[in-house]
Amino acid sequence: MLRRALNWLADRAGVDSIRSFLAHKTVPIHSATIWYYFGGITLFLFVIQVLTGMLLLLYYRPTPNEAFETVQFIITRVQFGWLVRSVHSWSGNLMVLSAMIHMFSVFFLRSYRQPRELIWLSGMVLLFLTLMFGFSGYLLPWNTLAFFATKVGTDMAGLVPVAGSFLRRFLRGGDEVTGATLTRFFGFHVAVLPGLTTLLLLFHLALVQKWGMSSRQRSGEPVSTMPFFPNFVLRELIAWYGALGVLGTLAALFPWELGTKADPFASAPAGIRPEWYFLAVFYTLKLIPSKVLFMDGEVVGIVVFGLAAAGWMLIPFWDRQPEEAEQHRLLTGVGAFVIAYLVVFSVLGYWR
Amino acid sequence: MPNHEPVSRRRNLIQALLGAGFGASFLSFLYPALKFMMPPKVAESAANQVSAGKAADLKPNSARIFRFGSRPAILVRTPEGEWRAFSAVCTHLNCTVQYNDQTHRIWCACHNGQFDLKGKVVGGPPPRPLEEYVVHVQGDEVVVARS
Repeated sequence: MLRRALNWLADRAGVDSIRSFLAHKTVPIHSATIWYYFGGITLFLFVIQVLTGMLLLLYYRPTPNEAFETVQFIITRVQFGWLVRSVHSWSGNLMVLSAMIHMFSVFFLRSYRQPRELIWLSGMVLLFLTLMFGFSGYLLPWNTLAFFATKVGTDMAGLVPVAGSFLRRFLRGGDEVTGATLTRFFGFHVAVLPGLTTLLLLFHLALVQKWGMSSRQRSGEPVSTMPFFPNFVLRELIAWYGALGVLGTLAALFPWELGTKADPFASAPAGIRPEWYFLAVFYTLKLIPSKVLFMDGEVVGIVVFGLAAAGWMLIPFWDRQPEEAEQHRLLTGVGAFVIAYLVVFSVLGYWR
Repeated sequence: MPNHEPVSRRRNLIQALLGAGFGASFLSFLYPALKFMMPPKVAESAANQVSAGKAADLKPNSARIFRFGSRPAILVRTPEGEWRAFSAVCTHLNCTVQYNDQTHRIWCACHNGQFDLKGKVVGGPPPRPLEEYVVHVQGDEVVVARS
């Protein structure tokens, strides 16, 4: 009876075609195969974010009078609340790190080259959405650090030429960072961003499926491969398990702090700094003088950051070489410079 | 031989009309959604003058943040005992400034912007001075007004 039911289910669900697809799918093997796992780890951390986010939603209330108190309630009164919140915060941070490693590995392996330009572009937009997840989620506990980080961040959006004042009002839900901003960021964080990310993620994965993973071989050369299932899938599962171990250790040993409740009429405290992934930008903005030629320094900073991000995003169109095995010395140098800049300025931003 | 020209032209016309219809209805759905997302303009608090507290509560070489309309402002009592008041919103990126009693400067912790006790930028990235307010001490009460 059970066998018949399972057979019926397999027939109607088209399990045979899935089996046959998995039996034929292969993944190239080369010295840098290990970097392939970071895309999967990022996806895994996104799933953790969704699951822990759903749990937090059972208690959290997004108003200035209740946001801080409900997070406090979650971490002090709800059973395992501290762990769920800590896992949510740590997995968000690890997701940004993993997405960045994934991006740089794609860059240095030159996997963005044709025909995979759209995979790179959609991946860059996914990284941007991930950063927006971090930015919007950071405000939700309504603590002092979050309040000023949001003031600064939304004010930076306000410096964008032409659309700046529209963007600032749109993000803040008014002229200042208030309860309206909190409600708005909550909506972005739990509905708009997850919806957009899921759609774009499906597009990204469909393109990876269409064009396959890059092999780094010259065209015509034989490519060593391993079966996707079970060989690659089992390796990926081990990577996920490793990521879960790191996440659990960090969340348990270093529970995410809540800080003090935001007071819109208090000074920004000494030593205030943003999350690690915005530190390089934060420190750069500290260094830019008040006037650069005839323009305000921070406007110059925003314009330069914007142009640099656009240039980085369009890399597949600068580098038109069809062979993945061919080096592009200038772009490799640019990549090394970007990593050095991010690391050095983040460290300086943290310590100074 | 049949002449397909008129049929093809009619088909193109129908396609154009359908496309325009779908486009127009999509825009008509999008427009209210976009307008909904933009917050309505709320008239800013018309406060031109507020009480910043008791004069006796603020010793020389100290400061206090107080609410001026919908924004924070800072009332400073200089080491010499003079009263000064400014907008507490840093002109760099909108953080709220504080008074540093060691350096006798107004300081923004976010990006290390520094202002002297006349609101002028003396260090860091802020592009403009702080907006200055007028301070009146009426009896024991400190009243701050827009200049």
